[in-house]
Amino acid sequence: MARANVSFRHLFTQLDWFTVVVYLLLLAAGCLCVIGACYNYGDMDILDFSLRSGKQITWIGCSLVLALMILLIDDRVFDTFANVIYLAFMLLLLVTPFLATDHKGSYSWITVGSLSIQPAEFAKCATALALAKLMGTYGFNLQRTRNFARAVFLVVLPLVLIILQKETGSALVYLAFFVVFYREGMSGSVLFVGFAAIVYFVVGLRYDPFQLPHTTATVGEFVVQLLVWVFTAFLFAIYQKERKLLWKLLGFGVGLTALSLALSDHVLPAYNVAWVQLVICVVFVGALLVHSFRFRQLRPALIALFAVGSLALHFSSNYVLDDVLAPHQQVRIRVLLGLEDDVNGAGYNVHQSEIAIGSGGLTGKGFLNGTQTKLKYVPEQDTDFIFCTVGEEHGFVGSAVVLLLFLTLILRLIYLAERQTYAFGRVYGYCVVSIFLFHLIINVGMVIGLTPVIGIPLPFFSYGGSSLWGFTLLLFIFLRIDLARGLYRRDR
Amino acid sequence: MKALQLEKRKFTIGVVAVLVVMIYLVRLLFLQVFSDDYKRYADSNAFLKKIQYPARGLITDRNGRLMVYNEPSYNMMVIMNEQRGIDTLEFCRTIGITRQQYEDRMNDIKNPAKNHGYSRFTPQLFISQIPPKQFAILQEKLYKFKGFYIEKRAVRHYATSVAAHVLGDVGEASPEEIEQDAYYRPGDYIGKLGVEKSYEEDLRGVKGMKIMLRDVHGRIKGHYQNGRFDRVPEPGRTLTLSIDRNLQELGERLMRGKIGSIVAIEPATGEVLCMVSSPTFDPHMLVGADRGENYKQLRRDPHIPLLNRAIMGQYPPGSTFKTSQALTFLQEGIITPQTSYPCYHGFVYGRTRVGCHGHASPTALTYAIQTSCNSYFCWGFYQMIMNKRKYGSYAKAFTRWKDHMVAMGFGYRLGIDLPGEKRGMIPNAEYYDKHYNSRWNALTIISDAIGQGEVSLTPLQIANLCATIANRGHYFVPHVVKKVEGKELAPEFKEAHHTMVDPAYYSMVVNGMRHAVLGGTCKAANLPGLEICGKTGTAENRGHDHSVFMGFAPMNNPRIAVSVYVENGGFGAVYGVPIGALMIEQYLHGGLSEESQVKAEVFSQKTISYGTRKR
Repeated sequence: MARANVSFRHLFTQLDWFTVVVYLLLLAAGCLCVIGACYNYGDMDILDFSLRSGKQITWIGCSLVLALMILLIDDRVFDTFANVIYLAFMLLLLVTPFLATDHKGSYSWITVGSLSIQPAEFAKCATALALAKLMGTYGFNLQRTRNFARAVFLVVLPLVLIILQKETGSALVYLAFFVVFYREGMSGSVLFVGFAAIVYFVVGLRYDPFQLPHTTATVGEFVVQLLVWVFTAFLFAIYQKERKLLWKLLGFGVGLTALSLALSDHVLPAYNVAWVQLVICVVFVGALLVHSFRFRQLRPALIALFAVGSLALHFSSNYVLDDVLAPHQQVRIRVLLGLEDDVNGAGYNVHQSEIAIGSGGLTGKGFLNGTQTKLKYVPEQDTDFIFCTVGEEHGFVGSAVVLLLFLTLILRLIYLAERQTYAFGRVYGYCVVSIFLFHLIINVGMVIGLTPVIGIPLPFFSYGGSSLWGFTLLLFIFLRIDLARGLYRRDR
Repeated sequence: MKALQLEKRKFTIGVVAVLVVMIYLVRLLFLQVFSDDYKRYADSNAFLKKIQYPARGLITDRNGRLMVYNEPSYNMMVIMNEQRGIDTLEFCRTIGITRQQYEDRMNDIKNPAKNHGYSRFTPQLFISQIPPKQFAILQEKLYKFKGFYIEKRAVRHYATSVAAHVLGDVGEASPEEIEQDAYYRPGDYIGKLGVEKSYEEDLRGVKGMKIMLRDVHGRIKGHYQNGRFDRVPEPGRTLTLSIDRNLQELGERLMRGKIGSIVAIEPATGEVLCMVSSPTFDPHMLVGADRGENYKQLRRDPHIPLLNRAIMGQYPPGSTFKTSQALTFLQEGIITPQTSYPCYHGFVYGRTRVGCHGHASPTALTYAIQTSCNSYFCWGFYQMIMNKRKYGSYAKAFTRWKDHMVAMGFGYRLGIDLPGEKRGMIPNAEYYDKHYNSRWNALTIISDAIGQGEVSLTPLQIANLCATIANRGHYFVPHVVKKVEGKELAPEFKEAHHTMVDPAYYSMVVNGMRHAVLGGTCKAANLPGLEICGKTGTAENRGHDHSVFMGFAPMNNPRIAVSVYVENGGFGAVYGVPIGALMIEQYLHGGLSEESQVKAEVFSQKTISYGTRKR
């Protein structure tokens, strides 16, 4: 039998209903939260289209139609037209800043009639398709530099284009595709080094203004230099079998740190304990280099190089921020790190969102009864900070349910991705996984004060048609690809 | 094998996802379940965010004498969520409004279309600027009106009634202004005119914020986190105007009953010493509860007192403009100081005729300025525009002429630090090409040479021309603010603008202007010991001529350059010269002689009838 379009029966029996149910539950919960966040005073009609809740309900209806439509499309369309779709979206991203109007300083919204659309939300989907197509090609091997470079280019192009729209938050989402690269064979150390670099940069700048008690060091420099040798030890533990040296070094590091903290301001006058951390780092590097020479091994030297690079990054990040970048660029980075844009100094916004969530208690204040979010203490309460409403109105129970629903979705998607017969489906599946994971980690993390404030939406919860449709598209294209998996096996 | 190894990575990714969610759950557990602090903060309206309004910057004159300061006033705010079960009738009686007004106001507050950013949990403006007397009564009864609060604000007060146009006013920020600048909230004040507008960002200061903790009964329990997030307001910066209060006062007195303007500039700095626009109004009118009504009334006045004629009035400069012509012709080599032109009661060429008044003929430069000979300047203009050998065409010659005018500060805004400045008019060749279908020559546009025709200047530009002559060839952009507290003067006011004319030629024109005072059109300004140089103007228009004068003194190292423009005042010598001379005397001597005081009194009584036609 030549492969025809799926029949309704096939669709009904083979569709991964589990994911669909989780999706619908998230949609419903998100809808309640937007209504809660927009709710202002007694006599409000939640279906009123002039209010955000009314609009959101309309967007949800549209996305359900969208989902159904995608399921009815021939799945080969995605594979065949992946590159065309990608190109079209890159062009759209390129022209967006010229068509867009200023929207809180970003130029990423195109207005068509009364509708505003953010192409960046849909470009994720296009990028995922193009990546899947590229990496699904026969003989593609990510460990070949040429292949890797092509894959990276597909990701970096939209990232740069979106940064040009001054929408840094949405651009950073594209970094999530590196998780896909990891699954497809990129060395894990690349991810780790990237992760470490971000941690140094964020922690170093974010906590630079705070003084470590009883010392003259700032929290930022102390913690970063501490992390340098801890990370170095971690790499050593993973890539080297040699345990004796590791324990010796760790003992030395922990001991000296404890000693230096104990002495400062108690026995000796307060001094800069960060210098002690630097000494520890230098000792680590020295020991690794000696080890490398003695046993003629390259790896310890590479790990030492990581430590040296880490320190270089740390010492240059402040310099780059203060002396190299122009003031407006500095502001943008500071805003990203949550150091700026606060009415009452660093940390106020996040503090407010923590209070809103914290005040929810175990079971929450009940639907529409949240006061903190409605007092407008929390900024962007119906978009980026929507999780506050979950926390305040539905308490720990509500937040946990939402988080676990997301976790279920992500784990289910990993399972679905792994059961794909072809690399195209698997790569696309992991793209979906990594995008959801990134949004979840960053968005919820910033609201509860664990990650820097990067303005990206919480999938299915944050108000806005573009992001809702973007995520729906992303998810249901994958479900459609998954639907065809059996057919391929039979026919090809 | 390889593929199998890679497949294991699904576990890594899955474990990371699980770990992150676990960490977040633990964090949430601590935030929501194990810690009571957050609940306490948030217990139903835990915070009262009180904006601490900074005092608006003061404004003084150039000698440090106070002109604008602040007095307390009171706004009534309401928090809708708390405002329940009050005795509406008593409330209305106490603050003196009707039941209907109360209902209307409440509906307006609740209407998100009219009150953007409304929340029933935050204070909303109910009435602004309650007079102190009513406030005293209200304060006693306030405890009865739950949900109503008094917010102390400051309103502007004026030490004198002068300089309304320069000072400008403040009013509540409009919805558009609130939209544009995140600083403003409904009920906030913003500069609307004058320096209050142009220096708004310096004057307004930085708002402070107190975050208070409240219990469930709304009682204040102290600062949130010991004031860690509080911010003290920073008062606005004090402005020191370059205006001399006494000079401004005299100017406004002299212009009483007349329409027109006086502008005086310190040539060495470009500081504006006085800027009179008549008719004027008392700045007190635009303060307080009557502001709206008074504003309407001022707008209806046919003589438009709200218009700052000194920078918005665009008038034909008349003969004062001849100085600029003499300079241009000298620089272009069209005339030398010795060049003479005939004048038989005017300039006659074919059918073109520009009349002149009786004086000897022919005239050379000094005598031409002294007697304001029309013929002389028409001839010069004719010779320049028709000089095809030098310029190639009429249009090119005229463009050269226009470039000279622009370099002298005409035809474009000078860039004074006041809103609404007009640019005046210096036509260019294209303008005439269009107007006359490219068939024009010097004769067609001859009246430009004597400051008539299409040429128009603002009184400020005339004063600036005078200052440029006083400086012998350069000017500083005129400005009314001499100093902003704690800030450097803006660089655009410190930069000398040079015209395209050699200083040596300026000395010749100065000489002519001095002769005009010693024995020419400005004889009335020949006061002993002042060494005034001047030039009259009599600008023709549809009605009675305008009386114009510009002059500076002393001749060497001038300290003041002044322009006087009196609409329909007749000859320059009738109003312009005596008023200008009085202004110069006042500034240079710090007061008027007895004789001059009498003269000033006489002039302040003189009125010109303008009728009630809208101007």
